[in-house]
Amino acid sequence: MSENLKDLYQEVILDHNKNPRNFRKLEDSNRHSVGFNPLCGDKLDLYLKMDGDKIESVGFLGSGCAISKSSASVMTTVVKGKTKKEAEELLDIFSDMVTGKKQMNDQLVEDFGSLAAFSGVSEFPARVKCASLAWHTLKAALEGQNQESVCTEKED
Amino acid sequence: MDVKTLREDFPILSQKVHGKPLVYLDNAATTQKPQTVIDTLVRYYSEINSNIHRGVHLLSEKATAEYESSRHIVKDFLGAAHDREIIFTRGTTESINLVAATWGRTHLKSGDEVLITSLEHHSNIVPWQMLCQEKGAILKVAPITDAGDVVLDEFKKLLNPKTKIVALVHVSNALGTINPVKEMVGAAHDVGAVVLVDGAQAVAHLDVNVQALNCDFYAFSAHKLYGPTGIGVLYGKEKLLNSMPPYQGGGDMIREVSFQKSTYNDLPYKFEAGTPDISGVIGLAAAIRYFKQWDHHELFAYEQEIVSYATERLKQCPGVRLIGTSATKVSVVSFVMEDVHPHDIGTILDHEGLQSARVIIVRCL
Ligand SMILES: Cc1ncc(COP(=O)(O)O)c(C=O)c1O
Repeated sequence: MSENLKDLYQEVILDHNKNPRNFRKLEDSNRHSVGFNPLCGDKLDLYLKMDGDKIESVGFLGSGCAISKSSASVMTTVVKGKTKKEAEELLDIFSDMVTGKKQMNDQLVEDFGSLAAFSGVSEFPARVKCASLAWHTLKAALEGQNQESVCTEKED
Repeated sequence: MDVKTLREDFPILSQKVHGKPLVYLDNAATTQKPQTVIDTLVRYYSEINSNIHRGVHLLSEKATAEYESSRHIVKDFLGAAHDREIIFTRGTTESINLVAATWGRTHLKSGDEVLITSLEHHSNIVPWQMLCQEKGAILKVAPITDAGDVVLDEFKKLLNPKTKIVALVHVSNALGTINPVKEMVGAAHDVGAVVLVDGAQAVAHLDVNVQALNCDFYAFSAHKLYGPTGIGVLYGKEKLLNSMPPYQGGGDMIREVSFQKSTYNDLPYKFEAGTPDISGVIGLAAAIRYFKQWDHHELFAYEQEIVSYATERLKQCPGVRLIGTSATKVSVVSFVMEDVHPHDIGTILDHEGLQSARVIIVRCL
């Protein structure tokens, strides 16, 4: 495997793909949104339980490639307990990271924890959408677009 | 036939991808172009570019002659009866839409049926769905077996006097299955339906003869046959084409225009409104000439050899399940891998220099 590929499929990613965290429907959720990437058929249902402005718990279901599934899984672990604003800030940093707008440095890796595992995605432009799907779906859920389908793509 | 020298005809194949020699496996999506096709396009634009069918100057005469002789080459390639049965379109998709919009709109009424198969590409589903919706007609779909063959008995059972048009793929893009088109056409004709065959994946892998198949329409795209993108063909039986209204209005498709009424041109021009893709048509003819120079017997036998090899090797990989195992199939190999998403496989293969198909299978299953 080339170095790039190893960076893409890091242990953290493979682990979350195999054993996704918070992989369940939240029975008491008060926000739900659906993300869809028609290009690869990735689909994900995201459930949030908001306590005021705070994400009290989060769960997801869905199928997809290793990148999209692990990204959703890692996301659920980091946004739990965060406020809407904090989660949106994470989204911005994540977007900058996977599109290569922001270079990773030691400080960011430390602050960002397991999310930093997705920095390798920036070398694979075709996979940026896979990594971002969960985050776009989260944004829609936070904005209260219940049941709305978030699409990364116009159907081709 | 020497594969190494054949590869050298395709300049794109000499490059490296991620440091590895390029192995291009995505020919079902689009084929690469041999140097002779590229040269033809360059020569057209550097030597004879002009508009056709109207100029009285030398360049226009040359361009018109090449455009029309290309039509003749396509006619011979498909085994059609007349040059005027060959209509140039943007591709398979447009050819199918043309038939749906003209033949379909004039012949379908509420309660009529359109029959397709489960093997169809989106381009041979959606135009019929749109037509059925507009007309209150019903779209019927013939099922396939696990191996990927159309269940012929079911197909025949679905045919009835309400079936006005049958649209079926000659060779499946996802599974490689070759449909027994001749038999299916015969059954459709027995109930009075017309038949459109989507030949997008067939022309590069089978020797097609539309008169032997006896289909009413046949569609294909140049870009899947080593030709340029943006150009394709609709073959139609003369009688049917003559009975159809034009598809689009504009230049070239009219004989006389007044503000009260216009009269339409003869075939094939009636269906070629506006300045066509002249270089594309000439490029398609160059691609056909290139393709025809090979001994097809030998070429197709070689394809079968590599498809068997790939199939055998894939069968040995743990967790791999082959999709599309028809006894009559061309060189498309589709598979799913337990626990591994096709998109991940695609990325990994790409980094080994393999340009493989995208995730067509996930979409179809
Ligand atoms: C069986 C089949 N039909 C139709 C099409 C559409 O061809 P085009 O995009 O060139 O119009 C394709 C292309 O993938 C195909 O494989």
